[in-house]
Amino acid sequence: MTPERFFYLFTRSYVLYPFIAGIAVSLIAAVIGVSLVQKRYSMIGDGLSHVGFASLAISSAVGMAGSLWISLPIVTVSAVCLLRLRENNKVKGDAAIAILSTGALAVGTIIAQKSTGLGGDVCNYMFGSTSIFAMTPGDFVTTVVLALVMLVLYLFFYHKFFLVSFDESFGKAIGVRVSFYNTFLAILTAVTIVIGMKMMGAMLISSLIVFPTLTAVRFCKTFRSVTIAAGILSVCTYVVGFALSIALSTPPGATIVIVDIAVFLLFCAIGVLKNHLKRG
Amino acid sequence: MAYLVCEDLTFSYDGRTVIDHLSFSVDKGALVCIVGENGAGKSTLVKGILGLKKADTGSVRLADGRGHSMPQIGYLPQQSEQVKDFPASVREVVRSGCLGARKCSRLGFSLSSLYPFYSAFEKRQADAAMERMGILSLADRNCSELSGGQKQRMLLARGLCAAGRLFLLDEPTAGLDTAATADLYQLISELNREDGMTILMVTHDPAVLPRLATHVLHLGQLQNFYGTLDEYRETELGRRYLGGEIR
Repeated sequence: MTPERFFYLFTRSYVLYPFIAGIAVSLIAAVIGVSLVQKRYSMIGDGLSHVGFASLAISSAVGMAGSLWISLPIVTVSAVCLLRLRENNKVKGDAAIAILSTGALAVGTIIAQKSTGLGGDVCNYMFGSTSIFAMTPGDFVTTVVLALVMLVLYLFFYHKFFLVSFDESFGKAIGVRVSFYNTFLAILTAVTIVIGMKMMGAMLISSLIVFPTLTAVRFCKTFRSVTIAAGILSVCTYVVGFALSIALSTPPGATIVIVDIAVFLLFCAIGVLKNHLKRG
Repeated sequence: MAYLVCEDLTFSYDGRTVIDHLSFSVDKGALVCIVGENGAGKSTLVKGILGLKKADTGSVRLADGRGHSMPQIGYLPQQSEQVKDFPASVREVVRSGCLGARKCSRLGFSLSSLYPFYSAFEKRQADAAMERMGILSLADRNCSELSGGQKQRMLLARGLCAAGRLFLLDEPTAGLDTAATADLYQLISELNREDGMTILMVTHDPAVLPRLATHVLHLGQLQNFYGTLDEYRETELGRRYLGGEIR
């Protein structure tokens, strides 16, 4: 691809819309990811993304393919239910997620088979694809607005999210409504997954939540600096990954994950080298 | 003057009763050591007083009559693993204790609890708590780089930010070396004697009772004991428990 063609594409709405929407999604995903990773909730994001897949299958079965207004309620309700299951300790946390993931996958597969068939659509839902280039102006606005609203909400309750991530039982003991903030966090996660999964693919979206934090904790010492660094890292890897996917005609979701992994490994290597030099 | 009143408390796990109809009241300024064998329900009682575990029967009351949604209790949890690798500075951890003191309004909810930043007052309070615990110089360090004793001081400082006049400590010295243990007991004693903090402390260390305790709550398999340290010394239970103590 010539450079002219590459930059020309970025002036077209069918590339520009998903590009900008993706920046917003990757920012909010990374920021809430800091709490999720520290709470050992990363797998909740993964479980919910499977529910997201099922909701996409349902939306296309009822002829509203990819509608946010079908996915949002389904995934949000699942997130709240999942949290309740974990809190009741009736089902062990990771087992609950396994039940939800496989259950949702099974339901989604059957619905897809019976309605549109297990064809290219399913593949797009699972792994994301150039189908993002069909983002409507309505979807674009909804995605960006939702992401910004969530970012503001998260920052508004930032100190409470810190507290419930660091020490739940202390929070409860001093009278902070821990289960309210946990539910809140689960809902934020659900919304992030829904607005991000069409582009990233349901199977790849949780990487946006996990990787920036894992990389940031390698060189940041405070919760605030980890949050800021994760946000910046996430946007940078997203922009690089997206640009690469256009230039190389690879699926954007997978390309972004590869860039995330590369950056993570880079910082690991720097860390090891540093330690090595320190010890002399 | 009774400050904390526990009446007829019963706690159970899956139908197994661990604490059976326990009643006691704690005077203002007392330092109560809660002792007993493993599984006697010491931590359960602390959780019950904090409202983390629901009682089957009975009630916990603070003397000022706020009932169970007691906002102003400091708490030092049993040592947890999670402090190990959490990316947070000491200052961030200590300040988070201030979030509890915000909900003091009679309604159990106040607009100030929604305020997204720490107020200047809360920041000063956190700095004062770190100063008190001698960790102000460590404020910007990552909490996982601290030694065991420093970690406990950090969590004590966090509890101080939340505490009004009552502090619950669950095995504060577990896993600490002798020097760090002595330091921590010194701090706890100062909080009790100089600052007038009422303290309930779960401990496994008989030697600390004569040094710190004004009262003892012994949770036993067959019988419980609650009374002053001197009364405790007179009982069979107390003589046996304090037997190893060097005078």
